[in-house]
Amino acid sequence: MTTVIKIPPSLDDRTFELVLEQLAPVPQDEKILLDARHTRWASPYGLTALLTLAQARSERPGFYAPESDETCSYWSRTGFFTYASELFELHGAPAHSRAGGESDVLLEITPVARSEDVHEVVGRIQQKSQSILTKELNIDAKATMGFAMTLSEACQNIVEHAGRGGWVAVQTYRWQKRLGRRVVVIAVCDAGVGFRQSLESSPNHRESDRWDDGMALEEAVIRGVSRFRDPGRGQGLAGVRRYIGRWDGKLSVRSGTARIAIVPSWDEDVPLQEDLPAFPGAQMQITIPERVADK
Amino acid sequence: MINHIDLSSVLRRTVCDLYSDLVTRPTGKAVRDGIEKQLAEIGDRTLTVIDFSHVGLLDYSCADEIVAKLLMRYCPAVAADVPPRDAYFLFRGVSDSHVDAIEAVLERHGLAIVAQDLDGAVMIIGSLDESERRAWEVMCRIGRAAPLELAREMGVDRAQIEAALAALCRRRLAMRFDEAYVAVGAAS
Repeated sequence: MTTVIKIPPSLDDRTFELVLEQLAPVPQDEKILLDARHTRWASPYGLTALLTLAQARSERPGFYAPESDETCSYWSRTGFFTYASELFELHGAPAHSRAGGESDVLLEITPVARSEDVHEVVGRIQQKSQSILTKELNIDAKATMGFAMTLSEACQNIVEHAGRGGWVAVQTYRWQKRLGRRVVVIAVCDAGVGFRQSLESSPNHRESDRWDDGMALEEAVIRGVSRFRDPGRGQGLAGVRRYIGRWDGKLSVRSGTARIAIVPSWDEDVPLQEDLPAFPGAQMQITIPERVADK
Repeated sequence: MINHIDLSSVLRRTVCDLYSDLVTRPTGKAVRDGIEKQLAEIGDRTLTVIDFSHVGLLDYSCADEIVAKLLMRYCPAVAADVPPRDAYFLFRGVSDSHVDAIEAVLERHGLAIVAQDLDGAVMIIGSLDESERRAWEVMCRIGRAAPLELAREMGVDRAQIEAALAALCRRRLAMRFDEAYVAVGAAS
């Protein structure tokens, strides 16, 4: 039996939850078919999360590509089909899926599994990001180094904790409805062990009555707790938090059945969501908005 | 003895000759091992200039591995502990973005370093007690000085300045020469 999972017309961190809700009652080893024929747009989070979804299934899922040529062409340029062809049985995907060429794709979907991958990502983002961050998002030129540091630390979360490879993608776009400004978005998604299991592997871990995915996220993201004894650990996410605080950005991390967010004044998200449909690994999104002059 | 270590050369030699960014913990550990190897080959008392001038990006994880962990080896948390050698460090060519990463990791561990920015200005980065900071600044200004001279200059009693000097020496921010002291970074 094959279960068809409808991909929403617009796929981002919020609407990906609709995908997971449909997936929740389906046994892990059952065949699924993701139907994206009517999907018109996807954020970097949406695209990288789709790849991790395929990674998490025992049986290779099917995938109906978007019917819109424009959408398909754009997804190709993000590199999505390059990796999707290895993970899905693709139907209706463009014959040649080549990444690159799109000016608002700061970093095409890139696999991250080893320290060397982080060097590659950081090298590539520095070449492309400076002019876009300064000219289009009015972010101080000095902040572009901080942006690359943030990206580096987010990717290292996969290398250090996930136990398997994941993906990163960076893109700028105009967030008309929610913000009316341009944003740059980093998405880092994996289908690894997730925050709870990672922290449980620490020799210092003591389970409390309330120990769950939500508490694990609070420990790691807010309090900088790591599975390692080394007191220097846990600084990566603290650095990410500092950067988004400085540039009025947003950080959200989903792991297991919970999602935590550092919410800026321009957004109406909730700080912690629990009892979400279970999904392996960790999915992180960092959003930095265009700077506007103070009035 | 003054020793110079160019971090970008250590990075290329120990990790990959194509890299110019100090990112990730494994990279930081490999670079720190490279530094320690060089330190082991030189004399017992040394001032080592660790040069960031040709380093692009430094992230928090790498800063922790290279700067904080290196310093922790030579700045024992307990005064009675003896470091492997009498080594002092000056971190040269430190840019604003390097400072962001270094400052964060040093504050986490309660450490401090002497750094020189791209224009040559010398500063302390990290956590330092106010009396220690003042003593270091006065030593930078007047050069080699005895405790009594420093106490007079700062308007504090001898016991106070001796405590500050002992802490600065233990933290590798000042060197003792017989009865006098010199701040790391003074007239560098």
